[in-house]
Amino acid sequence: MQILYENILELFKGDGWKYVIMWIIGGLLIFLAIKKEMEPTLLLPLGFGTIMVNLPFSGAIGAEGPLTTLFNAGIANELFPLILFIGIGAMIDFGPVLSNPKLMIFGAAAQFGIFFTFCLASMFFELPDAASIGIIGAADGPTAIVVAQKLNSQFVGPIMVAAYSYMALVPIIQPPVIRLMTTKKERMIRMPYKPQSISKATRILFPIIITIIAGLVAPSSVALVGFLMFGNLIRECGVLDSLSETAQKVLANLVTIFLGITIAVKMEASQFLQPTTLLILGLGLFAFVFDTAGGVLFAKFLNLFLKEKINPMIGAAGISAFPMSGRVVHKMGLEEDPQNFLLMQSIGVNVSGQIASVIAGGLILSFAAGFGGFLG
Amino acid sequence: MNFNFDRFLFSLQYMWQGMLCIFIVIGVLILSIYGLNKATNYFANKKANKDKND
Repeated sequence: MQILYENILELFKGDGWKYVIMWIIGGLLIFLAIKKEMEPTLLLPLGFGTIMVNLPFSGAIGAEGPLTTLFNAGIANELFPLILFIGIGAMIDFGPVLSNPKLMIFGAAAQFGIFFTFCLASMFFELPDAASIGIIGAADGPTAIVVAQKLNSQFVGPIMVAAYSYMALVPIIQPPVIRLMTTKKERMIRMPYKPQSISKATRILFPIIITIIAGLVAPSSVALVGFLMFGNLIRECGVLDSLSETAQKVLANLVTIFLGITIAVKMEASQFLQPTTLLILGLGLFAFVFDTAGGVLFAKFLNLFLKEKINPMIGAAGISAFPMSGRVVHKMGLEEDPQNFLLMQSIGVNVSGQIASVIAGGLILSFAAGFGGFLG
Repeated sequence: MNFNFDRFLFSLQYMWQGMLCIFIVIGVLILSIYGLNKATNYFANKKANKDKND
């Protein structure tokens, strides 16, 4: 009875109201996960974890708390997101990209939002924090966690919420931006799909080559790219079917459960309820918008020189939110012209966006060594 | 959080460096895939011709 009295008293004194706000935020995340099916695998554990860590004198956190122990064991050292990458790699079929490699260029262009947002955020935040905020534009939760954690950002909680919420909101965020950047005539451009057969050797060599090239250009990206490509190699090698299946289902699900609830350690009221959180959410949205715009504008730029025009909408699929972004573009194409099938092209761009966003994350980590050069 | 315009100017170098690096890596990857596809098709055709002759 005494404990109950002390806990209730804690809610009514000083910053006690912040606990209640965090319960509401946790409840909202659970609501969005269940009712709106927005990234439920992450937002539901994150929402519940938010409530757990924001109870007065919570035993879930602190030196002896299991969530803090899990955080130190799996997120502080970036282990959970990297292991999750094995599962994601095992799920991805790089076939559409291997069949039409030139589509990869749009995956590169659509990373513009990451770097542009990094620059904008640097006006308000220290460079490591600004870089971590920019990476929200990767539309890739595990990459965002790895970068933010490695750069020791104090805003991991808001960055996670922004990254996963906006990923789920891709069907709402992207269409207006695409419409704004393109004309009806451009959206109606048809792109005939010419599938090519891909040999097994190509499928096996591709993840190995990507790891080597990305590793040579940005050594910091080896862990990110390597784990993703290792998962894909397990899938494509043809002799590890049971491992591939385990990585895609059991491993990915298991890590996701721990990842969501453990990241809630960074959702403590004292850290989350700051004016900076709103700014981070705003900048995250900005990153998504400029990723989309970057991809579309690059496709329009290429059209100036191409005889066979590209539908500029496929440039918007170059973000990592797979397969939502590819589907959004395909659906928009069908809305303009019921005979305009862009699915294979947009999925190809979407897959290359996944590769490019991981490389972008690695590049940002490589750049971090030079952040100390700023003497302002 | 503190507003600092000099920091923004300093960070601009990372924007163009980042985009340039991404385009280079992706460009090399595109060329690698084209090379891989050509090489594997070449060996597949060679093997098919050999099997046909045998």
